[in-house]
Amino acid sequence: MSARVDDGMAAVSEWFDGRSDAALLLVLAVGLYALFTGVSLVLGYDLGGIVNTLRRITFLSAIYAMLVLALNLQWGYTGLFNLGVAGFMAVGVYTMGMLSTAPTTNPPGLGLPLPIGILGGVIAAALVGAVASLPALRLRGDYLAIVTLAFSEIVRLTYRSPVFETFSVAGLSLGTGGSTGMSLPTNPIRILFYENSQEVTSPPSAFGEAVFGTFEAIGVRAPVVEGTAYAIVLLFVVAGVYALLRRVGNSPFGRVLKAIREDETVAGALGKDTRLFKVKVFALGCGLMGLAAILWRIGGLASTADFRPITTFYVFVALIIGGAGSNTGSVVGGAVFASLLFEGPNFVRRVVTQYVDIGIGQTPSTIFEAVGPLASLDVTPLLAYTISDVNVSALRLVLLGVVLIYLIQNRPEGLLGHRTETAASVDLSERPGGEDR
Amino acid sequence: MTTTAPDSDDAPADESAATTDADADAPLLQVRELEKSFGGITAVDGATFEVERGTITGLIGPNGAGKSTTFDLVTGVQTPDSGQVVFDGTDITGWRPHQAANRGLVRTFQIARELDEMTVLENAMLAPRGQVGENLWRAVLPGVRKEVVRQEEQLREQAWETLEFLELDHLAEEYAGALSGGQRKLLELARVLMIEPEMILLDEPLAGVNPTLEEKLLDRLHSLRDDGYTFLLVEHDMDVIMNHCEPVIVLHQGEVLVEGSPEQVKNDDRVLEAYLGGEV
Amino acid sequence: MATDTETNTLVAFVRERAVLIALGLFVALLVADLFRKLGTGALTAASLAGFVKDGTVLGLSLGLAGIGLAMTYSILNFANFAHGDYITVGGVVGWITAFLVTGLGSFEAQPLVLLRASSRTLGISVTTAPVAIFLGLVVSVVVTAGLALLIDRIVFRPMRGQRGIALLIASVGVALAVRYLLVFTLQTGPRGLTAGQATPSWDLPVGGGSVTITAHEATLAVLAVALMIGTHVLLRYTTFGTAMRAMADNEDLAQVSGIPTERVIRTTWLLGAGLTGAAGFLIALERGALTMSFGWQLLLLVFAAVILGGIGSVYGAMVGGLVIGLASRLSLVWLPESFIIAAAFVVMIVMLLVRPQGLLGGVTTV
Repeated sequence: MSARVDDGMAAVSEWFDGRSDAALLLVLAVGLYALFTGVSLVLGYDLGGIVNTLRRITFLSAIYAMLVLALNLQWGYTGLFNLGVAGFMAVGVYTMGMLSTAPTTNPPGLGLPLPIGILGGVIAAALVGAVASLPALRLRGDYLAIVTLAFSEIVRLTYRSPVFETFSVAGLSLGTGGSTGMSLPTNPIRILFYENSQEVTSPPSAFGEAVFGTFEAIGVRAPVVEGTAYAIVLLFVVAGVYALLRRVGNSPFGRVLKAIREDETVAGALGKDTRLFKVKVFALGCGLMGLAAILWRIGGLASTADFRPITTFYVFVALIIGGAGSNTGSVVGGAVFASLLFEGPNFVRRVVTQYVDIGIGQTPSTIFEAVGPLASLDVTPLLAYTISDVNVSALRLVLLGVVLIYLIQNRPEGLLGHRTETAASVDLSERPGGEDR
Repeated sequence: MTTTAPDSDDAPADESAATTDADADAPLLQVRELEKSFGGITAVDGATFEVERGTITGLIGPNGAGKSTTFDLVTGVQTPDSGQVVFDGTDITGWRPHQAANRGLVRTFQIARELDEMTVLENAMLAPRGQVGENLWRAVLPGVRKEVVRQEEQLREQAWETLEFLELDHLAEEYAGALSGGQRKLLELARVLMIEPEMILLDEPLAGVNPTLEEKLLDRLHSLRDDGYTFLLVEHDMDVIMNHCEPVIVLHQGEVLVEGSPEQVKNDDRVLEAYLGGEV
Repeated sequence: MATDTETNTLVAFVRERAVLIALGLFVALLVADLFRKLGTGALTAASLAGFVKDGTVLGLSLGLAGIGLAMTYSILNFANFAHGDYITVGGVVGWITAFLVTGLGSFEAQPLVLLRASSRTLGISVTTAPVAIFLGLVVSVVVTAGLALLIDRIVFRPMRGQRGIALLIASVGVALAVRYLLVFTLQTGPRGLTAGQATPSWDLPVGGGSVTITAHEATLAVLAVALMIGTHVLLRYTTFGTAMRAMADNEDLAQVSGIPTERVIRTTWLLGAGLTGAAGFLIALERGALTMSFGWQLLLLVFAAVILGGIGSVYGAMVGGLVIGLASRLSLVWLPESFIIAAAFVVMIVMLLVRPQGLLGGVTTV
């Protein structure tokens, strides 16, 4: 069976090979949208529900694609095994929050304009990344993994500490909210639709009124319209990050990164100051992780629970699915992970609940009540137990573990990792001006 | 081929004092009283020698004589316990490898270390000094990137020329990991040539290379020498050393035993003794 | 010229050790401040002794839990991220056994297996239910060793010879699968295990106050030390120990010289995971409670202990554990409680930077 899965993946990746990146991503997007539209129809959702499902898939895929692209720069290109992704994300989000939430909220922020907050968050994440990379300059791979993981836990525990729940610096009150978390500024997409985007209770602007009215008529409510607009904006941000990292990768800079990954001593012997490159890669990658996290949480709550090591592992799984070393693969991995592995199980649960009559309050509370009836060939209790909310979450993580093991054993190059993305700012596939080879 | 200035940021500012640019007769590389020991075992024990400009100098010695360690010490892969390395009038003792390389002193490795998952062309284009595109912002920002692209076009041309010179051009788009042992040696040479250094330390460049290729490679070394390159060559094949190197330095137990023309070295009893006797 | 070189060497000497010297000064400053605090009464001798005791108990837990990790790390050359969940498995199966042995007959079986039965009513402690505790310990060793062998067969053996990072990633997969299978079957939430009122404890007078040591802390300490010494003797004076050291030094050479490497690996897993299971059981005993992720939460601290001691060294793991344990508890003298874990991580990171070969220096002493 495993062989068949492997053949399948090989076939998919072979098919990918012949296509241009744009076509590939388009096919992927259409495929995922078709799948989730189908699932929504099966679940009997109306148009609003379908749009909302696709919004959520798009949103999560975009966020994970960004995170995976950033990690790919560090691990895929440079070979730096950074297990501290969640920590750098937290630095971005919390810095943004402390800079831009209003001084009147609890915990208080500095109330600076949002663009400054976002920029500050990204810069803080980049700086912290640069500092954290100092061990990276001298440690071998597995030590670096442990140190970065410990580092991200230090970050998380610090933000969670009651000491910083509220504190003051130079007479200004600030706070992380400790273990309760911190509510972040409203989503900037509201500028499009509301008179006062920062007020939750603000009435819509004239434009907002018109748009909301139009969509309301076809059953799509205002929050869904707002969220969908934001998800579309995120797609553009992903495209920007992708273009940036492709350029970084396909340049003399990226060439040195690859050389560091392959053999750092050689890179040094060829005159490259490998330490400097590693610091820059950490700073850039971690800054982008901070940005992705800001875009992920903005308009909601920053809570240290979101920045546990498991978040880092999610990003790694997504990168391995897509194929370390490939930027296009990173986007593919992010989307496939977010929609199928992360969101997929929830939809499976909903579909099963839809079609299997479990009865309210009939869900077994222990494994014994679930397995016991199997003796009388009654599988419904076990099914009910399995698809209950908490157990689907647990099984999703089991699935994640199994997928990780499967991939690293059978297909460590992922879907696209074996592709050549030559590192040069010019096309290397032809020799202009030269005779035919 | 284009000449590029070494990255001045990288080299400690130590060049104000007596540089030998004015004095073209001074030796290019001077190694003085170099010492290095590992956990009580002395690998290099006061080695002192010089390499003149425009020579292919041979460095030989029985196994364990300290040849590879000397290479490491000279190129900064390891730091000497004491002693001095002066290159082109600059004291480069304790510099890191990339600093030495940017100053014009590069090396190859005994076992060819290719960057397997990079193409032959990428390997070659990686090497040159002073690439503006190695600056992150320049590689990315529109406008300034134009200069990067222009330089990349030059480098691509230069890389093709170098690969042609070493007859590797038909492999340009292969992954370096797919090359044969001899081809890897050639690629290593191509890489260091792309740096356009003044001096190249070659650690057994002919090991594992077939005789036809060997002839070709030696031929190339001579023509490069005529172009002004300086080589220091570690090699086990005595015929190669005797026929192609001048002068020859013999290392034994971490110090210089004899230095002279191939004839002198060949007829020196101490050399024979060192090779036959192993430990004295 | 000669003096120049000498100055250079001196400068290089100082530069190389600058971090070490700064670190030494910092520690000296902390010690001085500690005495000042004791002198001014800002810190009582009793509370300091309490920190030391807590730190020692934590340190021994980490050391014991670290032996298995150190062994597999040195033989298989990868950081096993599933190690923490092996600790959890040991704790869970051992305590299910202890619950069943104590409660079967007088309580319903299902809550016992799910560790849902009231620990107060069951009343387990070393003195009231020594047999249950002993059997629990045995089962935790056997089951954890068996599980580790099974996982090695399925996951790690097909990957022999691959890079450490690939194995590390696979072990993350194992960690997730094992932990959440436990969660799936037993559900989350903390479980009370021992009965506080049935556990003897002693008050040792210190300065003006006293330090309380419970029987379970004492049990953990004694068994941890005994197991560590036992392991050391075993590895020092048996052929298996020699073979293992040879493999840790140079696997290829060991293979060529006829050492059955696969068998050594199997035995290493058996022994290492067995100890890990025991550690899980004993740590749960000392804490009197467990969750399905308690091993995972300990993992980074265990890594810290093992790295600090020098990977591959049993005594190193013990010493490293004590340093980490003491550092994290003694940090309470200066830091609020929410930072004690972070403090331990900082010690590890600094240590890795200053002395990556570990306290007992890079040699695999076992």
